[in-house]
Amino acid sequence: MGKGNKQYDTVIGLEVHIELATETKIFCGCSTKFGALPNTQTCPVCTGMPGSLPVLNQKVVEYAMALGLATNCRINRRTLFDRKNYFYPDNPQNYQISQLYAPVCQDGKLEIEVTAGAGKDVESGDGGKNTGTKKRKTIRIHEMHMEEDAGKLTHDEAAGISLVDYNRSGVPLIEIVSEPDMENAEEVIAYLEKLRMLCLYLGISDCKLQEGSMRVDVNLSVKEAGSDVLGTRTEMKNLNSFKAISRAIGTERERQIALLENGKAVEQETRRWDDAAGVSYSMRSKEDSKDYRYFPEPDVPPVLIDREWIEAIRSRQPEFQEEKSIRFVREYGIPAYDADILTQSKHLAALFEETAKVSGQPKKTANWFMGELLRLLKEAGKEPEELSFTPKHAADLIVAVEEGKINQANAKEVFARVVSEDAEPLSYMEQHGLLSLTDEGALQTAIDEVLAENPAIVEEFRGGKEKVFGFLVGQVMKKTKGKADPGTVNGLLRKSLESL
Amino acid sequence: MIEQMDALTLSEKIKKGTLGVAEAVGYYRDQIERKDGELKAFLTLAEGGLQERIAELQEGIRSGQYTGPLAGVPVAIKDNICTKGLRTSCASKMLENFIPSYDATVIQRLRDAGMLVLGKTNMDEFAMGSTSETSSFQITKNPWNPEYVPGGSSGGSAVAVAAGMAPLALGSDTGGSIRQPASFCGVVGLLPTYGRVSRYGLVAYASSLDQIGPMGRTVAECRALYEAIAGYDEKDGTSVPGTVRCLGKMRKMTATEYDGLSREEKQKRCMERIKGMRIGIPKEYLQAEMNGEVRDAIKNTATLLEQQGAIVEEMSLPLTEYGVATYYLLACAEASSNLSRFDGGKYGKRVEEKELHAMYKKSRTEGFGEETKRRILLGSFILSEGYYDAYYLKALKVKRLIKEEYENAFRTYDCLLTPVAPGTAPKLSTSLQNPLQMYLGDVDTVAVNLAGLPAISVPCGMDQKGLPFGVQFIGNAFCEQLLFDVAEAYEELRGVFPTVGERMTGNGKAGER
Repeated sequence: MGKGNKQYDTVIGLEVHIELATETKIFCGCSTKFGALPNTQTCPVCTGMPGSLPVLNQKVVEYAMALGLATNCRINRRTLFDRKNYFYPDNPQNYQISQLYAPVCQDGKLEIEVTAGAGKDVESGDGGKNTGTKKRKTIRIHEMHMEEDAGKLTHDEAAGISLVDYNRSGVPLIEIVSEPDMENAEEVIAYLEKLRMLCLYLGISDCKLQEGSMRVDVNLSVKEAGSDVLGTRTEMKNLNSFKAISRAIGTERERQIALLENGKAVEQETRRWDDAAGVSYSMRSKEDSKDYRYFPEPDVPPVLIDREWIEAIRSRQPEFQEEKSIRFVREYGIPAYDADILTQSKHLAALFEETAKVSGQPKKTANWFMGELLRLLKEAGKEPEELSFTPKHAADLIVAVEEGKINQANAKEVFARVVSEDAEPLSYMEQHGLLSLTDEGALQTAIDEVLAENPAIVEEFRGGKEKVFGFLVGQVMKKTKGKADPGTVNGLLRKSLESL
Repeated sequence: MIEQMDALTLSEKIKKGTLGVAEAVGYYRDQIERKDGELKAFLTLAEGGLQERIAELQEGIRSGQYTGPLAGVPVAIKDNICTKGLRTSCASKMLENFIPSYDATVIQRLRDAGMLVLGKTNMDEFAMGSTSETSSFQITKNPWNPEYVPGGSSGGSAVAVAAGMAPLALGSDTGGSIRQPASFCGVVGLLPTYGRVSRYGLVAYASSLDQIGPMGRTVAECRALYEAIAGYDEKDGTSVPGTVRCLGKMRKMTATEYDGLSREEKQKRCMERIKGMRIGIPKEYLQAEMNGEVRDAIKNTATLLEQQGAIVEEMSLPLTEYGVATYYLLACAEASSNLSRFDGGKYGKRVEEKELHAMYKKSRTEGFGEETKRRILLGSFILSEGYYDAYYLKALKVKRLIKEEYENAFRTYDCLLTPVAPGTAPKLSTSLQNPLQMYLGDVDTVAVNLAGLPAISVPCGMDQKGLPFGVQFIGNAFCEQLLFDVAEAYEELRGVFPTVGERMTGNGKAGER
């Protein structure tokens, strides 16, 4: 909100880079695996040796097509690579192979869900998790293109040297350029979450902002409310978390409004966000912007995409989160809230669905997953993707509980074992003596013993002191080492007391 | 005597065991020792591992591992083709000490066919030039008269073959760099169809035009070397996969049609091939300012072919005049980008400076020669914002039109007959004073590269100064074998071409000097 009487609208467009999870690089056969020793995953091609030539990895095209189809893009039937020329040591050829003139996908859209009636000034750092009524909004996608990543520079200030690691050089990226259709941080986060979810479901990227497998540049301008004339925009870089994105949007909006309120102009420039300081500073102005001397890449022939190829990709598209969530509610009768949470991870959703099917107890399965499983994950600080238990094991346990073979408390312990080490629940229960005492004779013996050992308490109960009943139940449980089913104990104990 | 043998005979003798690989290599190294002090064709000779390679080859031939037509033959390699462990400088100070960590695909194929790298030959720096004089290191002399240039940019390779210092050589051709020096030195040189020979390991000048090709004394030798290096390579995205078929109008030939035929059968087939063949002479290639001797030679060639039943007629390729301009726009644009990797950072020359961009600037200023800088500047300008459409895009359009013009011509003709250059070799140090004039000398060769077609330069005659010149046959895409046939037939009709100095025999048949 401006200081004066004027109201301002924020106009935001995003450029999102996503690192693709292909096995090999975009133009050579080197591994893309993260974390290897510097320059061990390199070859003449990705280190720009004289005479080396790039050969396109078809998987990259397929991943881009898959995301393009998921975002309703038009797939260009003839897509071309172009060279972007600039000198920098992380870029071994001093040009980047990218796409400018005929990108692989164009004119798409993404539907997001945002809080209805939220002010245009929502820049809180809560990542759009506001409750309240939701409305849908369409964000248009201008284009999506394929390109190669650069190497990684490390500056050793003490030694006064810079080192370059080309392991990342040639790792495939797709850049998704949105139209300036977003108005606030909530919409931006919702768009990014949606994009991330699509990529995770497609399995084309892990989209981690902190690790750089998802990188977001925010183009932002402000204009007088209701005006059709767009303001001058800035581009914000170095945004490494959703929180940083939210803060940077709020701060940049205020900075631009302050300039305008003071009669100054917003400069078209690229700015760098300093998250620790909570401010941004100018990296380069438009005047300093480089002429990249783009031209068609002569070493990579045009990629021709025919209808069959598109249809083959389309037929392999997964069921995405929203559809899956709706289906879970319909098919398994679980609450929409649970379905939404369980489908946030494709892997978790698959585990749930298999467990629900095998156990025949979808609602109980949902309860176990929503309660115990998520709690265990949180405690272990793990991602759902790291889960590796056999759904049948979880299902066997859930069935055992329902059949009264194990009580709830012991079942939790077994469930934890299933989750952590994929324990086979029935043999585990047997080995650890956790099976419920269902033999009424044995149970009756235990009850008789307890009653004999506690004559005073029994007298109290018979005198009308109902609350000592619980103590007696506890004693029976103790005697059976927790294996007895509390319900059965209740019934038998009451019967025994009454017949005394 | 080795000096009277062509590469095919040499290989036969080695395979029969009447000649050792070491003896053959020794002979050529001796020739280099004796002649190259003056001619300066070689930049680097293979030394490290040479004896091991000779022994390995000799054993491989004895055991039947290497049975190909050129097994045991040493080959000279243009210095822009990467050879593992052997300096590859592109005749530039920038790569003065650059030793590749890998072999170009063509080198791997030579090795697989039992050949051996003799050494690396001088050239114009990064293949930019038409005289080999833009080399940073030495000036190669024309063996027919050392006051004249050998042509370029594959001048060293042409001289090595012409002077008998190597039986065969590889060159590269972006705008005529194999064919023109072949013409100036009196040897045969082939530019293959774009995509037919892998460019992997060829230090790029203009990627969309560069091709590696064979150079030799005779067509048969070039054919054999071509067959050893041609074919799909998965490391080059522009390499053509699958079985290629001549797109020529008369005969759909496969690349392997000649496999297994004896030399006599091949020659016989060549003569038969030209009967009824339609050969066009584009009149634009016989422009007024060209050397009269060259023009007459083209006509004589036409007559010889007609006598054997070919139908030769004049035709027109009106876009020929735009070839040079289009070529220099596209080639320089690509070169400006291709050469940007030479920055002093990773390999090659580095001038130490505290600040990064100062290091780049100084390294490139000192590392590149004048002609290379001229083309980088030109290319950077052509690709600049505001000029791209007017220059680069327009040149791309003209390139497409030129290609179409050739495609049209090949609906009527099986091949085209033209000069290789407007004249014979110029005198040393006369060309670089007027680069534009030098560029115009490429008029007969550049359009073929723009169209991506194959063409062969075959020795044809001598001018009054005693300098040789060739004729060029241009074919439709993938019609290399047809070109070899025509060229081999022509070679037979022409008679034995004189050789330089002691190798001149003056009689006998082609291929048996």
